[in-house]
Amino acid sequence: MNDILQIVIKRLGLGLITLLVVSIIIFGAVEMLPGDLAQAVLGQSATEESVAAMRSNLGLDRSAPVRYFEWLGNAVTGDFGVSLINGKQVSELIGGRFANTLFLAIYAAVLAVPIAIGLGILAALFRNSVFDRVANVATLTAISSPEFFVGYILVLFLAVKNPWFPAIASISDDMLFWDKLHRMFLPALTLVLVVTAHMMRMTRAAIISLLASPYIEMARLKGVPQRKIITHHALPNALAPVINVVALNLAYLITGVVLVEVVFVYPGIGQLLVDSVSKRDFAVVTACCLIFAATFIVLNLLADIGSILTNPRLRHPK
Amino acid sequence: MNSFIIGYFALLIGASCVSVYYKHRTAFLLLFSLTLASFIVGLIGGEAALWRITVAAGIIAAAAGIAYSFREFLTITLPRNAAKEIKTAPLTATFGLFMIMIYMVAAVFAPIIAPFGQAEIVGAAFAPADETMLLGGDQLGRDMFSRLIYGARNTVGLALVTTILAFVGGTSLGLLAATKGGFIDQALSRTVDVFMSIPSLIFSLLLLSIFGTNIVVLTLVIAFLYVPPVFRLARAVAGNIVVMDYIEAAKLRGEGSWHLILREILPNAAAPLIAEFGLRFCFVFLLISGLSFLGLGLQPPTADWGSMVRENSTLISFGEIVPLIPAAAIALLTVSGNFVVDWMLYRSSGLKK
Amino acid sequence: MNIHKEKDLLLKIRGLRLEAFADDKWFEIVHGVDIDLHRGEVLGLIGESGAGKSTIGLAAMGFARDGCRISGGSIEFDGLELTSTPRSDLRALRSSRIAYVAQSAAASFNPAHRLIDQHTEAPIHYRIRKRTESQEDAIDLYRRLRLPNPEEIGFRYPHQVSGGQLQRAMTAMAMSCRPDLIIFDEPTTALDVTTQIEVLAAIRDIVDQFNTAAIYITHDLAVVAQMADQIKVLLRGDEVETADTKTMLDTPQEDYTKSLWAVRDFRREQKPPPAADAVPVVSVKHIDASYDGEIKILKDISFDIYAGRTVAVVGESGSGKSTVARVITGLLPQMKGSVLFKGEELPPRYQNRSKDQLRQAQMIYQMADTALNPKSRIGEIIGRPAAFYGGLKGAALKKRVDELLDLIEMEPKQYYNRFPGELSGGQKQRIGIARTLAAEPTFIICDEVTSALDQLVAEGILRLLGDLQDELDLAYMFITHDLATVRSIADYVVVMQQGKIIEQGPKDDMFKPPHEPYTDLLLSSVPEMDPEWLTTLLEERGVDSPGDAANL
Repeated sequence: MNDILQIVIKRLGLGLITLLVVSIIIFGAVEMLPGDLAQAVLGQSATEESVAAMRSNLGLDRSAPVRYFEWLGNAVTGDFGVSLINGKQVSELIGGRFANTLFLAIYAAVLAVPIAIGLGILAALFRNSVFDRVANVATLTAISSPEFFVGYILVLFLAVKNPWFPAIASISDDMLFWDKLHRMFLPALTLVLVVTAHMMRMTRAAIISLLASPYIEMARLKGVPQRKIITHHALPNALAPVINVVALNLAYLITGVVLVEVVFVYPGIGQLLVDSVSKRDFAVVTACCLIFAATFIVLNLLADIGSILTNPRLRHPK
Repeated sequence: MNSFIIGYFALLIGASCVSVYYKHRTAFLLLFSLTLASFIVGLIGGEAALWRITVAAGIIAAAAGIAYSFREFLTITLPRNAAKEIKTAPLTATFGLFMIMIYMVAAVFAPIIAPFGQAEIVGAAFAPADETMLLGGDQLGRDMFSRLIYGARNTVGLALVTTILAFVGGTSLGLLAATKGGFIDQALSRTVDVFMSIPSLIFSLLLLSIFGTNIVVLTLVIAFLYVPPVFRLARAVAGNIVVMDYIEAAKLRGEGSWHLILREILPNAAAPLIAEFGLRFCFVFLLISGLSFLGLGLQPPTADWGSMVRENSTLISFGEIVPLIPAAAIALLTVSGNFVVDWMLYRSSGLKK
Repeated sequence: MNIHKEKDLLLKIRGLRLEAFADDKWFEIVHGVDIDLHRGEVLGLIGESGAGKSTIGLAAMGFARDGCRISGGSIEFDGLELTSTPRSDLRALRSSRIAYVAQSAAASFNPAHRLIDQHTEAPIHYRIRKRTESQEDAIDLYRRLRLPNPEEIGFRYPHQVSGGQLQRAMTAMAMSCRPDLIIFDEPTTALDVTTQIEVLAAIRDIVDQFNTAAIYITHDLAVVAQMADQIKVLLRGDEVETADTKTMLDTPQEDYTKSLWAVRDFRREQKPPPAADAVPVVSVKHIDASYDGEIKILKDISFDIYAGRTVAVVGESGSGKSTVARVITGLLPQMKGSVLFKGEELPPRYQNRSKDQLRQAQMIYQMADTALNPKSRIGEIIGRPAAFYGGLKGAALKKRVDELLDLIEMEPKQYYNRFPGELSGGQKQRIGIARTLAAEPTFIICDEVTSALDQLVAEGILRLLGDLQDELDLAYMFITHDLATVRSIADYVVVMQQGKIIEQGPKDDMFKPPHEPYTDLLLSSVPEMDPEWLTTLLEERGVDSPGDAANL
């Protein structure tokens, strides 16, 4: 048991270090602004004095490392500073929206994961059948289509031509749970379509590779019935690759969220990021980037740790 | 009950019987399920729904027909070895090749094919389709059709240049890492791991917000973002090759790194790398379109499919499908690319059954 | 041998045809094979790779892999015609009446389940025994197969058990339902010689004890001679000859069968020792080497190789013999000691050696598939060293390549422009030889060059190497685990075990006692053509401990 614990801890440590380095990169990127932050905020026509004043206001006269550690330290406690555009607390701006994005992501994940894994297993079992071939073309089409295309098609057919769902997913905290789900259905469905396609393909590939193993053939040669081969021999070994697939795709979900939120004007952190980028509100941009990156790293971490924990060789060491 | 509905179901049922007669099990199952499904859909959506199914079926049939004829065409015109490969290609791959060819033609010959310039204002804003403007006008009155064609040139061109840059960078670093091994390999791999921990869309948004969105910056930023995954693949592929005995034999001969990379490793790495190039191009293309859609990619008046979708998105609430056409163009190219790459990967992995 | 009554006939195969799917079409790989097998009888199926033995073995169970199919003939098992039996009934036969033991036990056990659970799966499924009974029976079988710790070894996971032990556990699993017939598919091919003894003895005993019929598939004649009552020789899907063991060994009829036997008789006389003042071409002095700087792979290795002589470095896997080659060529710098070339010390790293130093020592590899660049033509592969070292170009280069192709007995016009993928294993190995010759070396390391080849082809390669040595006065270091090869071509033998040299000396001395105990073990573990060899060996060693290495 100790071996596994060691490996998991090492992996956690690696994840933490990666997060740290990523934060440095994000901070460093902003440092590379031609001119500097104060200039960017005030614009070209600002006078020397106002720029200098803004500079000392933002604390830009201190050295970069000092500012970095201060920023990082504050970020850990949830204080991302103040928006450069409207002066509000960044954490206030982000807080609610992050929760909304998470809600959307979980909504999509809950729908997507069982469907994708189920379809993937079926496609692997009935390899090269009509079902498999149709599924192959359908999933390939889905992953190749940009999210906004899928999103707008859904809007067109499910909101405009047949007004079953609202085209704009505006939700607020005072709504009922079911009401929220109804309004969020289209953006969630968009995400589900794209992510399911990815997950299904990867699951199918993993299961096919598993079914080609010599020990599966051996089980057949022992006369084990097909049903039992799947449940007893293949599935225990399928846990590891499938968990890996799911975690990786959930990470992919994060990026898909941005485009979907813009299409449906959903009040999430993705929409906030896009708006802040156009307005060049760097405080918000860096905060959002950091959060996205952290989520991404955590999900990848979970994927790795999942594979470690389900590997029989590691669970029962020599 | 009108003639269309009668004809529709008669055709389906008739085709099912024919497939039974010829003992074609799969065809029968497909046709019969389609009949049942149409029946249900017809009850819900009425005649319009059935029309849509017919149109959809027609489109698929047309696509299959195009793919089939194109495949025959290629089999006849290409030299023997290539022709043999093409003959066994699935219809999806040949369809993909055909569409890619069309896009290439549009991109290269844009100034000749497009009736108007990309920034020319021809009619009223949101004008409906007519003889001059085949697809109507966009929000400023420019011809959608011409902009669509120029969009091919702009977006595809940009994606191509960016992919080539990313590829050259990623492949050289990957091959270097695999050949030299040791410290260089470790350092590069760790760096790449860190950069790949940042989702590409997010990172590109960050960088674009800092450096602006002119075309040079866009190219460099996106190329930079895609060097890591190309590096990983090149390194993995080269890594598999580097452990071969013939590489050891060459090293022991005293061959320099250049010879090793160019003459021993690269020819054997070509197949997976080319497939990866196709795949990367699709992703880069999607990213550029996505960025343009968000308003951060190619700036107006440059015609670009992503921004065209954005600019005309209000039309969707009126039930117009016109703004979806540039989006469909994006999807179509990416799908075609993926079909072709899928086929190439299938061939090289040797999964015959 | 047994005289069988007609009613004892268990397996009757007539005119069996099998097809394989490749390049989008089906083509025949087995062209009409007959088999008669009685209860309790062991049939040895012998043939080179590609003879179709594995596929025939699976067909005897009514099973065809993905990409293969039974296209003709009849397979009658105890009166039941397998080709017309429905799938579910066929499945009911498996494990209960016909069992299969695969070549690689490590790959054939499910890594997620314990050995004993996989063992008891079949008896429980067929309701032959309940779980506890089944487990006890498994332990009993483990004991009979002489596995260490029979009570607890079954409760381990596959990756916690060694290769030889896994193979025996798989045999036990095959026995779990007491089938009438077991098909052994090359069960000892991947094992070391000393472990092989253990497994062979175990299999033979268990088959005897339960009077099970068996089909034993292998390419090793001496092994099959120990195990089988009758032997059937196959060549590329056709039967060549069938006879009971003694008859086949004493009086083989067909030319092909005779040629299979003859390989082991190929022998070169040991050359006289070199002159007293001769400087060895390569001299290895007190080498210590390690891959990670801590665990020593080589400990105090010293030996000399003289011009025109072959030094065979022999040992089992893990002995370090390949590592010695890596040290000599400079791929692995040594921790201590030195490598001398014609008296001069070589820099430990190959990067620091001169072009001429690199040229003088060349290497031929075991797997011809990975030794030649698949995207280069033969002319290029052979020509590159000549161009690189000798500066040859154009017409002069082509002439040299043609000369070399002649030297390896392959027609220049035919092969100059081909790619390695179009050649057979033996041909590729010859190209590998030509490539080393193109550099005009004085010393060649042959790293298990015949281990991956069939007997007949291997003999051809050994002959060629011998001729070349005589002609060009080359010094060879021949790395191998096969003592028969050593006996054939060596002048001097170095025996290694776990990084140390156990014993070294001229060949003739080495094959005569007295020896170090390990050398003795190694020499005696090589199966002989005598059917009684295994029995005699076991009696000599004492049945309970057939091999020191058995506890690996």
